[in-house]
Amino acid sequence: MSKQINVALVGNPNTGKTSVFNALTGLNQKVGNYPGITVEKKEAVIRLSRSLKAHVLDLPGTYSLNATSLDENVVIELLLNKKDKDYPDVVVVVSDIENLKRNLLLFTQIKDLGLPTVLAINMADRMSRKGIELDIDALEQKLNTKVNLISARKNTGFQELKQSIIDYQKISLEPCLNASSIDKSYFEALKKAYPSQDLYKLWLVITQDVNFGKTNRIRIPAQDELKPKSDAEIKRLQQKETIKRYQFINATLKETLTKDLALATGFRASIDRLLIHKVWGYVIFLAILFLIFQAIYEWATYPMDLIDEGFLFMSKFVGQHLPDGMLTGLISEGIIPGIGGIVIFVPQIAFLFLFISILEETGYMSRVVFLMDRIMRKFGMSGKSIVPLVSGTACAIPAVMAARNIESWKERLVTILVVPFTTCSARLPVYLIIISLVIPDERWLGLFNYQGMTLMLLYLLGFGTAVASGWLASRLLKINFKSYFVVEMPNYKLPIFKNVAYTVVEKTKSFVFGAGKIILAISIILWVLASYGPTDKFAKAEKIVTSSAEASMLSEEELETEIASYKLKHSFIGYAGRAIEPVVTPLGYDWKIGIAIISSFAAREVFVGTLATIYSVGNEDEQTIKSRMASETNPVLGGPLFTLASGISLLLFYAFAMQCMSTLAIVRKETGTWKWPMIQLFGMSGFAYVVALICFQILN
Amino acid sequence: MTIASLKKGQKAIIGEMNSDDIPLKLLEMGCLPGNEVELIQIAPFNDPLYLNINETYLSIRRETAMLVNVELIGNE
Repeated sequence: MSKQINVALVGNPNTGKTSVFNALTGLNQKVGNYPGITVEKKEAVIRLSRSLKAHVLDLPGTYSLNATSLDENVVIELLLNKKDKDYPDVVVVVSDIENLKRNLLLFTQIKDLGLPTVLAINMADRMSRKGIELDIDALEQKLNTKVNLISARKNTGFQELKQSIIDYQKISLEPCLNASSIDKSYFEALKKAYPSQDLYKLWLVITQDVNFGKTNRIRIPAQDELKPKSDAEIKRLQQKETIKRYQFINATLKETLTKDLALATGFRASIDRLLIHKVWGYVIFLAILFLIFQAIYEWATYPMDLIDEGFLFMSKFVGQHLPDGMLTGLISEGIIPGIGGIVIFVPQIAFLFLFISILEETGYMSRVVFLMDRIMRKFGMSGKSIVPLVSGTACAIPAVMAARNIESWKERLVTILVVPFTTCSARLPVYLIIISLVIPDERWLGLFNYQGMTLMLLYLLGFGTAVASGWLASRLLKINFKSYFVVEMPNYKLPIFKNVAYTVVEKTKSFVFGAGKIILAISIILWVLASYGPTDKFAKAEKIVTSSAEASMLSEEELETEIASYKLKHSFIGYAGRAIEPVVTPLGYDWKIGIAIISSFAAREVFVGTLATIYSVGNEDEQTIKSRMASETNPVLGGPLFTLASGISLLLFYAFAMQCMSTLAIVRKETGTWKWPMIQLFGMSGFAYVVALICFQILN
Repeated sequence: MTIASLKKGQKAIIGEMNSDDIPLKLLEMGCLPGNEVELIQIAPFNDPLYLNINETYLSIRRETAMLVNVELIGNE
């Protein structure tokens, strides 16, 4: 058995830390979550030498050990907890050659924890182009550690880095900054009180209480000589610490680093001039958004159609080739369409993450944040809310998680609350089928297709409602907060293909398995509820229908349909549907739509599938569902069920209602309480009901 | 004078930082007394500001920029 050590990768955002991780570990990485929180955890086991293996952990990017977000907090939690099974034997601080000065702040903090700390300087391939020279030997001496120049893009320097990791026990543990120099008397008192503890660690335990009140840390008890500091005093000392660290860094770099500043900035300045121009900046952003939508809703249809047909074929194949029975029914009508309902979103989700990760890798996203901040602030959000709002057009779940980057709790909460209004891809199948039923397929002025225009209006409506309710929420929420906004404007870079590909695969995978579980469970439950009934009317459906008067007039096929719909009426779901009928009738729906809406609370896209099941359509060909829906009559008013009035009412209901259990669950996780998801559930759905009601009553 | 009163392209030296409302993160990014700050760009609608502080490029809102005292460096 070879020995295994723990290696932690730490570094500032935008240093290419994840590409370094990818280059180090290749394909054998495992992506999961830290226990109890939805912060992504990436790890891998690699072989360093014949006798040594390493468990490599890619920690979330952070600018310092003073955590200001859940993601950053993971770093400090791990580095302070010797008992954690991932507690590193050696830390690799990944930094970027162009921002070495700032990157070294984190390095000195981590080294001062008494951990062997290797400095890996990434993007070394840019050095000569940017006119940067670095004296590695001198830097190693000053920092008292191993320094490796690497390039994840060119895949150079990794052998040397691995060697530094192997030799980790040779690295000096001496701190860069004597913690006592921050406040002599205070730190001496600390030392007296806790003689066995590392001073800087103690200091971090104390200060993290101030920065991150959410976690329950052990307060250092007050003692005679150790008066607890006020939050303001602690902040002062933290400032002092930062200044001292930079003094050390400046002195270190003065003797080791030279830079030709003219070379370093020319390219950035000329691209910035265009991308954050007061007119062109917005034009380019809109064009990019347009491209993303085009991809999600146009290009993605081809693979989606293939997937749809594939699952239909599988369903049929299983239905025909397995012996008749409950299990076959469950597989061919419950499980396969259920899985199909998830997999069909894979192309859209993949396209979305493809674009978002390219925009982030290139450094463009920070420019959008910069451009949009002033506008978004009018609506109670931050420039950083743009990422969640754009992601929300694919799926609200990753969007809610993307809001984590917003520093101000109020702006983040508002963003989380309004994101579900944006038109997620799960609404799309519902919109498409209803629009095709009630909006004429004609052109306005011979130019614009009414159906296409309706779809576009629904998107604008979703976005508009999100923004408007942000404005409202920010006025209603009484949260005292210090607005603060510090966004790094990284250098422009060509995206590394491997990184983008990894991100797309991972995010898509986590969507399929995360949201997929729920959608699958619901479709099985639905199938059971629709396939069994509480009374014997259900079991004897065939007899009852066949012996009734009209039965003799029907062809065999029509008879079968008749039996199926009779069965449905007397299944569990049928009874439930008719129980809620009085609630949905004023909106122009029948009980079948009511059931589809109820089951949509699990996930909206279930709507079409549910109607397909409920309207007892043998095959799930969309055209057939559609014509079947078109021939339904309204039980109360007579006439066709799907009219312009009931159709629009249904569209509006789906635009506004909070019908997604997975989103509610993720909002609960991100906000730490059920209060906010409940407000979303009842607020949005109540609003949807009222709007749909008014709309139907006026139009009808 | 504060960072907020700089014009595009102007450089200045950061002075004493006395406000408790300055986020620690800004200091950690290198916004510290004695360091140089250059105003690179101002976003449309006059906010936020795009700065180069101590060789780090970052953007902050005007309200934060108003808390940081600076002294202008000659020419530009």
